[in-house]
Amino acid sequence: MDFLNALVAFANFVFVPGLAYGAQLAIGALGVTMIYGILRFSNFAHGDTMAFGTAMTIKFTGLLLAAGITFGPLPTALLALPAGIAATCLLVLFIDWLVYQFYRDQKASPVILVIVSMGVMFVMNGVVRFVIGVRDIRFADGERFLITAREFKEMTGLNEGLAIKTTQAITVVVAFVVMALLFWFLNKTRTGKSMRAFSDNEDLALLSGINPDWVVKVTWMIVAALATTAGVLYGLDKSFKAFTYFQLLLPIFAAAIVGGLGSPLGAIAGGFVIAFSEVTITYAWKKVLVYLMPESLEPDGLVQLLSTDYKFAVSFAILIIVLLFKPTGLFKGQSV
Amino acid sequence: MNPAIKNPLLFALVAVLIIGTGVMQGWNSALLILNMGLISAIMALGVNLQWGFAGLFNIGVMGFVALGGLATVLISMPPVTEAWSAGGIQIILGLIAGAATITAAVFAQRRFQGRKRTFITLGVLIIGFFVYRAVFDAGVIAVEAVNPAVSGYLGGLGLPVLLAWPVGGLLAAGAAWIIGKTALGLRSDYLAIATLGIAEIIIAIMKNEDWLGRGVKNVIGLPRPVPYEIDLQQDPGFVERAISLGLDPVTASTLYTKIGYALLFTVVLLVLLWLAQKALNSPWGRMMRAIRDNEVAAEAMGKDVTARHLQIFILGSAICGIAGAMMTTLDGQLTPGTYQPLRFTFLVWVMVIVGGSGNNFGAVLGGMLIWFLWVQVEPLGLWLMNILASGLDEASPLRGQLIESAAHMRLLTMGVILLLVLRFSPRGLIPER
Repeated sequence: MDFLNALVAFANFVFVPGLAYGAQLAIGALGVTMIYGILRFSNFAHGDTMAFGTAMTIKFTGLLLAAGITFGPLPTALLALPAGIAATCLLVLFIDWLVYQFYRDQKASPVILVIVSMGVMFVMNGVVRFVIGVRDIRFADGERFLITAREFKEMTGLNEGLAIKTTQAITVVVAFVVMALLFWFLNKTRTGKSMRAFSDNEDLALLSGINPDWVVKVTWMIVAALATTAGVLYGLDKSFKAFTYFQLLLPIFAAAIVGGLGSPLGAIAGGFVIAFSEVTITYAWKKVLVYLMPESLEPDGLVQLLSTDYKFAVSFAILIIVLLFKPTGLFKGQSV
Repeated sequence: MNPAIKNPLLFALVAVLIIGTGVMQGWNSALLILNMGLISAIMALGVNLQWGFAGLFNIGVMGFVALGGLATVLISMPPVTEAWSAGGIQIILGLIAGAATITAAVFAQRRFQGRKRTFITLGVLIIGFFVYRAVFDAGVIAVEAVNPAVSGYLGGLGLPVLLAWPVGGLLAAGAAWIIGKTALGLRSDYLAIATLGIAEIIIAIMKNEDWLGRGVKNVIGLPRPVPYEIDLQQDPGFVERAISLGLDPVTASTLYTKIGYALLFTVVLLVLLWLAQKALNSPWGRMMRAIRDNEVAAEAMGKDVTARHLQIFILGSAICGIAGAMMTTLDGQLTPGTYQPLRFTFLVWVMVIVGGSGNNFGAVLGGMLIWFLWVQVEPLGLWLMNILASGLDEASPLRGQLIESAAHMRLLTMGVILLLVLRFSPRGLIPER
């Protein structure tokens, strides 16, 4: 019984939140890794792209709610998500046409593109603030819990409850669907295959008649979809604030690099590695250990390795360790 | 245009802008802009050293600036003797235990081989971590319990505040050494992410380690290198002189202290600028640019690229640390909650790129000009929005939104400026020669 209680406590406080957070990071990191693989630069505006997509989705959700449309027990934002993705698609395609295309034609070095993306980051940050302001916004509606801690306790008779938020379940399901779609697209369709070819060897791909403009456009559209989805899932699970999204850049980049930049599979693995290490290292383990250890050995303190404010430090430390021992990441990524 | 005419004209333009502010909005505002502009110029010099000379992509400027600020507290505030006796020694012992653990782990890494190495290193780290936490935490709790409303930290050394400026540089240099040792071997965008992360961690430490600098409770009332306005107003000699100049004593005293700061900052800027120019035109500077332009060729010529990179990374970060210490001195308080990457890292980058990377005068110009814009864009935007909205009905929601959005003009403008400069004048206003 004690063992089961410990297991449930672990699932409730570490596994389920870590899984949801990992899925959000993984989708975010997929966007970063796609840009890196195809356009060959680290996109610093990615956090703000996520923020923009989420802001648009929130606006559309507001419209839907005003029209009296809801999604039953699920958050209405999911219905508004396609519209948010479309708006973000238009914006990133416009920015690519206006800004990035010039440097691509010039064959500018990647570091110049990174600085350009810093400029885009400033602009998008300003735009998001114009659109929606700087306040903290909660936009999750519908059923809050799939199963509450109390229901779980009554059902199983255990001391510990397992609460699963609807948003957590949605995150994992959506993330799974998105990943499956992406891999199907990259592996089975003609455009997807040409994108992979372009990423592997640009010259060879051009030689075999792949249209680079089309590949770039499709990449941006996929990135917009991924960024918006990641942003909306994160916002549903926690809340939306422009500045938090900007800060998400660090764990997302850590995830993409840990997995190996340019490798989609790596981005997913990296997302979960970063998320679970953040959660396990900043979790106070006392609640779990109480069940597992004999009474005499019960810990006095919280058994928290680091305070939660240091979660950046965790993702960063993992990043450094991986880079020092395996410079191309867990899955072999590219290096320009 | 001939650079010999163009460059002085550009500096004259900045002077006109600041003097214009003085005439339009009052001399206090103009001097505020000038003072922060001088500090920004120093930060830009530091980043220019790393990026312009050596091509190192450091986006952790905020962290070094914050460390400089911390140095101001550690040097100039009086020590809290109660806190020292409560747990100061224990904290020091804890830190020593932590450092010893890391040293031992590094030693084990070097000494042993194979599986034995992994086990011993991990063992040392895990045991060391718990020893460190046990010793350190007790000390922290004791220190933070000492009169938490006003102190709750160890305080500083009670030395003159001007000493904090070089010490801020040293502190930043120390951090840069640690970062450089681990991250400089990496590729450019990995270094970028690494520095971005380090900066966030430094801020997180400063926010949470209350025993060090009171965390988000802030340290206020830092000693100043210039006299206090209130003392000047009570000094009959000063009041007499102010009246003889036709100024009222209160305004005169605020101007006097601000001019005092401006002079101090100008001296520091000129010294650093002179040093940077000397470095740029020395064999060392040429070597740096050679490494930046072609690492492989420089390496073939027998230059130690990694060591040179480490060197210039430390120097540039130290300059940012000095600027950070100066800024905290000017503010008179340390507020870790206000350090934001957009303002302290990316804005400095805009300054360097707009001014002209690789040119020290360009960096200084960019620092002053962009700081002026950063401050003035908001009132300008508000004025513009008011004109735009003047045709609209008082109650219309669009009018409210337009006027509210003026507050967000800054970021947008900075981004647009950066993109325009990168597109149409990628080498900046004063290009590298």
